[in-house]
Amino acid sequence: MDLDSEPGESSDDLERPSRTDEDARDGGEGLDPATAVDSGAELEREVGPGPGPGSDPDPDPDPAHITFGRDGLRAGFLNCLPVALGVGGYGIAFGVLASQVGLSVAEAALMSGTVLAGASQIVAVELWADPLPAATIVFTVFAINLRYSLMGAALQPWFERLSPAKVYGSLYFMADENWALTMRDLRAGNARGAFLLGSGIAIWLFWVGATILGAVAGELVGDPTRYGFDFILAAVFVALAAELWEGRSTLVPWVVALGTAVVAAEFLPGRWYILLGGLVAAAVEVIRYDD
Amino acid sequence: MTDGALSLDPSVVAVILAMAAVTVLTKVGGIWLVRQVELGDRLEAGLSVLPGAIVIALLGPELAAGGPPEWAAAAVVLGVMWRTENILFALCAGVLSVVAFRALAAGTGLPIA
Repeated sequence: MDLDSEPGESSDDLERPSRTDEDARDGGEGLDPATAVDSGAELEREVGPGPGPGSDPDPDPDPAHITFGRDGLRAGFLNCLPVALGVGGYGIAFGVLASQVGLSVAEAALMSGTVLAGASQIVAVELWADPLPAATIVFTVFAINLRYSLMGAALQPWFERLSPAKVYGSLYFMADENWALTMRDLRAGNARGAFLLGSGIAIWLFWVGATILGAVAGELVGDPTRYGFDFILAAVFVALAAELWEGRSTLVPWVVALGTAVVAAEFLPGRWYILLGGLVAAAVEVIRYDD
Repeated sequence: MTDGALSLDPSVVAVILAMAAVTVLTKVGGIWLVRQVELGDRLEAGLSVLPGAIVIALLGPELAAGGPPEWAAAAVVLGVMWRTENILFALCAGVLSVVAFRALAAGTGLPIA
């Protein structure tokens, strides 16, 4: 089960000339993609989801060594704990909100335990009204969460050798935060397939626990912005962006995604802009690709 | 806490389960789709830019909706990330600095002052 005896190391590391940290930092602006953030740059050649032009998809060394064991589960859980704590801050806010619109503690906990998608749940309880607008709520939740389809699809290069039960079971526990941490771990070449599940379980525990706390405590807790909890998601994504930067090749898709998202956020309701930004950037890359 | 804390209204439970069902659909749907077809190099190149593109698409409007305190805190996260490559440091620095910058922006001075 545990093949990853040397997490973070790979044979390719040995073949490459070693660089100092300073090299990597100074060259961050990127004439050479290999001088981006160094942990990412170190491994991009082998674990980048897309094999470079001309490379055969089969001898892609890293995704082939994907494991699904206790090791990854534990790493995911522990790495996610600080982030899950922040998610808990939000869970309390959600619980308070849910109790204010008349959901019982059990109902709020049920929603957090089964839906496990913070933004959509908060919007859902904001739509809560006496004759329950069921269709509106369900459709809105679907629209807000459609971005998860893209996030899940982005994991495919690593997950393709895992069994459907492991893949779909893990995806149930996927939220924005632990998807981000998982992408980071996979791109670092660790190939720990259970990382998503482990980190998702941490999120689930804190999210459901905090929902219950919030629903019970009612109005006792003020708003999470006081402690900066609302900034954690943005901070996770800024940190991730710093690691995903691969130099110049990243620039076009990112500018396309940013432009699309900012414009779409202006004109479209909900969170369609995330989906649209990702899709347009991917489409542009597909068109630009030259073989 | 009222004694209704454990009550489960059937229609509420039905809506919640429907919400859960469509959410699961979104979470597994994308990867299910790409697992059904053999991906060409071209499509795979598109897929490979997805993580970064999604991150930026989520982040852009979120930061745009914030103000100078959020922008400055984002810069702190970026800076700490670049220097240390430690996500925990970066997150702590980000959260602490957003609280501090917000306090500054509100004109109430630093909480530690």
